[in-house]
Amino acid sequence: MEKERHVLVIFPHPDDEAFGVSGTIASYVENGTPVTYACLTLGEMGRNLGNPPFATRESLPKIRRQELVDAANIMGIQDLRMLGFRDKTVEFEDDEELTKKMSSFIEELNPSLIITFYPGYSVHPDHEATGRAVVRAVGRIAPDARPKLHCVAFSNNSLEELGEPDIINDISAVKDKKIATIRAHRSQTESMMASWSENAQNTDPAILRWIEKERFWSYKWPKQ
Amino acid sequence: MKPIDRVEVQQKIDALAGSDVYLHLETTNGAYATHNDESFFSAGAYIRNAMIRYEHGKIVGDGPYRAGLKLEIGWVYGEGLTHFEIDDQGRLLMAGLDFNGKLAVAMQISASPFE
Ligand SMILES: [Zn+2]
Repeated sequence: MEKERHVLVIFPHPDDEAFGVSGTIASYVENGTPVTYACLTLGEMGRNLGNPPFATRESLPKIRRQELVDAANIMGIQDLRMLGFRDKTVEFEDDEELTKKMSSFIEELNPSLIITFYPGYSVHPDHEATGRAVVRAVGRIAPDARPKLHCVAFSNNSLEELGEPDIINDISAVKDKKIATIRAHRSQTESMMASWSENAQNTDPAILRWIEKERFWSYKWPKQ
Repeated sequence: MKPIDRVEVQQKIDALAGSDVYLHLETTNGAYATHNDESFFSAGAYIRNAMIRYEHGKIVGDGPYRAGLKLEIGWVYGEGLTHFEIDDQGRLLMAGLDFNGKLAVAMQISASPFE
């Protein structure tokens, strides 16, 4: 992984970083790179309330806020921003307002790398709207002054249309932190992690191989 | 939340009748339904903090349950309700959890706005 000045991670939901990015974040933090995580919503509309349910529609945001704080602590993130948008409504916000918000973070933090979702390839409407807003904000910066933009893509057509991801981070050195981060988002991940073990040594090798590599696509700017 | 107790829910519905209340009504199959199964037609609706006043309301069925509220000039209903809680603010929170425990419908009534 290249040395960065500052990494800015922008996602709409508290667990968006867990499976695909938390190892990359933890690796940057361990290298002494400042990381800011801006999370737009508290995942208020999550469908997992625990089984049997330990949350309600109304208590879920409070639970997920704490899970996000715990996850940030595990990854070593010093600067966690909760932006106060509401789950599943991001695409209905005023586009210009959203872009300005993203621009103000970029101006303030001057990141050398931004990580977000790839518009068109990230499935959830909030992911798409967040990715679009970040792309609009970065697109307003002169091409030679832009921070790098690494995107997460997981729609069924992403490999076919974007090709193989050009950034593959091996995060095996911090895999315990990654597993602990995933676990911290308990309300959303508990049922799927039931079969996972406490530490990396005892986790299913197939799951470990999947966990150890984090994949990103550099955003492809249209030719000028 | 616990499985719906019709008597307890009916009492709460009765207690909130006839005054201005705030409604949260939501149906969802999740934002990933079509991603997971391209033949699935994804649909849902959501309203939060609609102020209503209902003349009377009822919870019916043998589980999953249906709840309907009769307004002066309209109706509100939800179906597939399985669980409920009357929370520490006295709000009636009802939800329908599917076979995997995931929320599929929520119908909530409160005397004060939801935050
Ligand atoms: Zn998400």
